[in-house]
Amino acid sequence: MKRKRTIHQIEEMTAYVFLSPWLIGFLAFVAIPMVLSLFYSFTDANMLTSPQFIGLKNYRNLFSFDDTVSLFWKTLYNTSFYTFVGVPLNIALGLFIAVLLNQKIRGLGVFRTIYYLPSVISGVAVSLLWAWIFHPHFGVLNHLLSLVGISGPAWLFDEAWAKPALIIMNLWGAGGSMLIFLAGLQGIPTQLYEAAELDGASTWAKFWKVTIPMLSPTIFFVLVTNIIGSFQVFTSSYVMTAGGPNNATMMYVLWLFNLAFQQFNMGFACSLAWVYLLIMVAFTALVFKSSPAWVYYESDIVGGRKS
Amino acid sequence: MQRKRVLLHSKKRRAILGKIIVYFLLVVGAIVFLVPFIWMLSTSVKPPEEVYIFPPKWIPSRFVWENYVKIFELMPTGRFLLNSLVISCLTMAGSVISCSLVGFAFARLRFRGSGILFFILLITMMLPHQVTMVPLYMIFSKLGWVGTYFPLIVPAFFGNPYFIFLLRQFFTTIPKELDEAAKVDGCSIPGIFARIIVPMSKPALGIVAILSFTDAWNDFMGPLIYLSEFTKFPISLGLRAFQTLRVVQWELLMATSAIALIPVLVLFFLAQKNYIQGIVISGVKG
Repeated sequence: MKRKRTIHQIEEMTAYVFLSPWLIGFLAFVAIPMVLSLFYSFTDANMLTSPQFIGLKNYRNLFSFDDTVSLFWKTLYNTSFYTFVGVPLNIALGLFIAVLLNQKIRGLGVFRTIYYLPSVISGVAVSLLWAWIFHPHFGVLNHLLSLVGISGPAWLFDEAWAKPALIIMNLWGAGGSMLIFLAGLQGIPTQLYEAAELDGASTWAKFWKVTIPMLSPTIFFVLVTNIIGSFQVFTSSYVMTAGGPNNATMMYVLWLFNLAFQQFNMGFACSLAWVYLLIMVAFTALVFKSSPAWVYYESDIVGGRKS
Repeated sequence: MQRKRVLLHSKKRRAILGKIIVYFLLVVGAIVFLVPFIWMLSTSVKPPEEVYIFPPKWIPSRFVWENYVKIFELMPTGRFLLNSLVISCLTMAGSVISCSLVGFAFARLRFRGSGILFFILLITMMLPHQVTMVPLYMIFSKLGWVGTYFPLIVPAFFGNPYFIFLLRQFFTTIPKELDEAAKVDGCSIPGIFARIIVPMSKPALGIVAILSFTDAWNDFMGPLIYLSEFTKFPISLGLRAFQTLRVVQWELLMATSAIALIPVLVLFFLAQKNYIQGIVISGVKG
C-alpha cells in the first residue's frame, strides 16, 4: 500500500517535470501578459512615460464613431467582410475540389499536390506575388480578363475591389480545407451511398442528404479554425496595401499593430486586444451553441463513441 | 430486354460523360492553381523591358538568369536566408523537444489537475496571440531582448499548444501494453518516453518539426516587431525591405520570392506523406 502510493507520487512528480516547459510558458507568455494587457488597457501606457490610470477612456475612445479617434467600426467591418465572404467561399471551393477528387479518379496524388501546394506557402513572398498578379496595368489577372473582353479594375488601388482581391488571393489557399474534407469524405461508409442509390437518389440528393450531414463535423471544425485564422489577417494587408486605399483594407490586427508599434499607444492597443478577444470568445460560443442544430454526430445515434 | 439494354447503355454513357466532366474541371482547376507559380517564374527571368508590357509575354524573348545572381548582389539575400535558417532551426528544435515532453505527460501520466490543465491547453489553442503581443513586447524590452532573436526563439522552447495537442493525440494511439511491458522490465518513466514513445512517434515528430520550421520561416509579424537591424533580418523582412527601399523591380522581387519559397517547398515534397497525415490527425480527429 505504502509502496504503491510512492509510485503514484513519483509518477505525479515526473508528470509535472515533463509539463514544466508548458506550465512556465503558459504563465510567462500567456497568463501574465494577459493580466498585464488588461491592466494596461486602463492606462495611457506608451513606453516613454510611466503608465497613468485613465479609467475607461481607452474603451470609450475605441467605440467612438469618429474616424480620427477610432477605426474600430471600420476595421471590424473590413475584417468581417473579409472573413464572412472569404471563408464560406474558401470552404465551398475546398469541398468542391475534394468531392471531385473523391470520384475514384486517376492521378489523385498529382491533383492533390497541385491543389494543396499553394496553402503550404504563405507570408511576404506570396503577398508580393499576388500584388504583382493584381497589378492594374501589367498584372496577369487583368491580362486574362482582357482575353475574355473584360477590362479589369485597378484591384488593390480601387477602394471597391481591394477587399475582393484579398479574398481571391485567400481562395488560392483552399487546398488546406480540401485536404481535410478529402480525409473526411474517405471516412464516409460506402454502404450509405449504396442504400441511397437503391432508393433512387440522384447525385445531387446524395450530396445533400448523405455527404453534407456525414461531413458536417469536419465542416464545423474547418469553419471555426478558418474564421479564427481569417480574423488574424495581417501580412497581406500590411505588405500589399498598407491598409489602403482610404482604409478599405485596414484590418483589425493591422490597426492594432500600427497603434502599438508605430504610434506606441500601448494602452489603447491593449484595449483593442481585449475587445478582440471578447469578440472571438462570443463568436466561438455562438458557433458552438448553434452546432447541435446543423452538425450531425454519428455518436448521437450510435452512442458511446468517444473520440 | 431491349429496353433494359438501352437503359443500361444510357446509364453507362452518363457515367462516362460524368467522368469526362470531372477530369475537365480538375485539369482546368489545376491550371488555374498553377498560373501564379508560372507567372512568378516567368517574371523572374525576364529582362526589365519585358516586365512592363501589355499584353504580357509568358515566355521572355531571352532568359535572364542573371536576375537570380543580381538579387544576391543588390541585397544581402544570402545573409537573410541564413538568418531565417538559424531562427527556423532553433524554433524547430525548441518546439520538438518541449512539445514532445508535454504531450507525453498529457497522453500517458496520471497527475492531479490533468483535466483542468488539458482544458487550459485547448483554450490557449484558440487564443489569438495578438492579445498578448503588446505586453510581451514590453516584457521583452525590459529584458533587453528587443533587437535580438530571443523573442522569436525562446517561446518555442516552452511549448506550443497546437503541437502539444497534435503529439498528445498521436501518443495515445501507441498501445499502452508496450509501456506496461517496459515497466515490468524495470524501465523508468523517462526511459519509457525515450525508448518507446519517441522512437515510435517519428512520423508525428516529423510533422511538428516541419510545421514549426515552416511557421518560423514564413513568420513576418514577429521579426517586424522585434528586429530593426538590417543585417539581422530574416528573408521575410528582407523581401519587405526589397519592396520598399528602391524603385520596385518586379523581376527581381519575383526571383527573390521564388528563392524564399524554395526551402518550404522542398520540405513539403520530401515529407509530403507526413505533411498530409499531420493535417488529418489534427484536423479530423480533433
